[in-house]
Amino acid sequence: MVLYCREFVGFLDDYLGGKLPPERRAEFEAHLAVCPPCVNYLKSYQQTVRVGKAAFADPDAPVPSTLPEELVQAILKATRG
Amino acid sequence: MEETPGDESALLASLRRGEPAAFEALVRAYGGRLLSVSRRFLRNEEDARDAVQDAFISVFKSIDRFEGNARLSTWLHRIVVNAALMKLRTKSRNPEEAIDDLLPQFDEASHHVQEVQEWRESGDAAVERRETREIVRAAIEKLPESYRAVLMLRDIEEMDTEGTATLLGITENAVKIRLHRARQALRTLLNPHFGGAPHLGGAPHFRGAA
Repeated sequence: MVLYCREFVGFLDDYLGGKLPPERRAEFEAHLAVCPPCVNYLKSYQQTVRVGKAAFADPDAPVPSTLPEELVQAILKATRG
Repeated sequence: MEETPGDESALLASLRRGEPAAFEALVRAYGGRLLSVSRRFLRNEEDARDAVQDAFISVFKSIDRFEGNARLSTWLHRIVVNAALMKLRTKSRNPEEAIDDLLPQFDEASHHVQEVQEWRESGDAAVERRETREIVRAAIEKLPESYRAVLMLRDIEEMDTEGTATLLGITENAVKIRLHRARQALRTLLNPHFGGAPHLGGAPHFRGAA
């Protein structure tokens, strides 16, 4: 069975997650062997996931060490009943 | 800033005895970190702060139910994510916003309509620059909220499909579909920044190869 780009991209996450049965996986790999656009798509999809994670694992991100004092007071007030 | 488990158990014991000073210490020790988590989900600062307040009120009410088999910091993290999502859900008027324009397009023969270029630079290297991280975060913020929430929970918070489904009140299959679409849409949004590799000598057009 010939696999087209639309299907390849549609089930890309299952392919990457190792969730395809062996014969289906072989079809995906056969498609990759002849389709540079899908190779590029797959690589950029994986990069997308990685850069997404990295963008939030930012050591320079403004992480406040303390809450604004008015928020601390509002929380304490709300829990004192 | 990171509390050691030893500190946590002492703090937890005081909390369970209902010592007001212990609760204040908890708020001061963990509040900043929870606010930064909340801001990931809620762009509006007031909403982000409200979610933190909601989270601490929930912690205050349910500290007895914390079983101590998870880190206190992990438990607090989950609570603030939940509070932020609740807020996101109540604000989101249109949870099924269109994302189709950001998904890849295919022709009648099911081939890619647009050329799919190799990304010119390893995203891993590029993302070491602050400017790139800001571009990526801004792109994530452009995703429709129902997709952004799934992407944040699965890829950034690294929560599993089942936990994400429970938290969002949708099926596991819906989580899978939204995650895949969200990643594809994010890829489309990032493509202008990472794509456009100059092919020296002219690479063959992709349709010839497919």
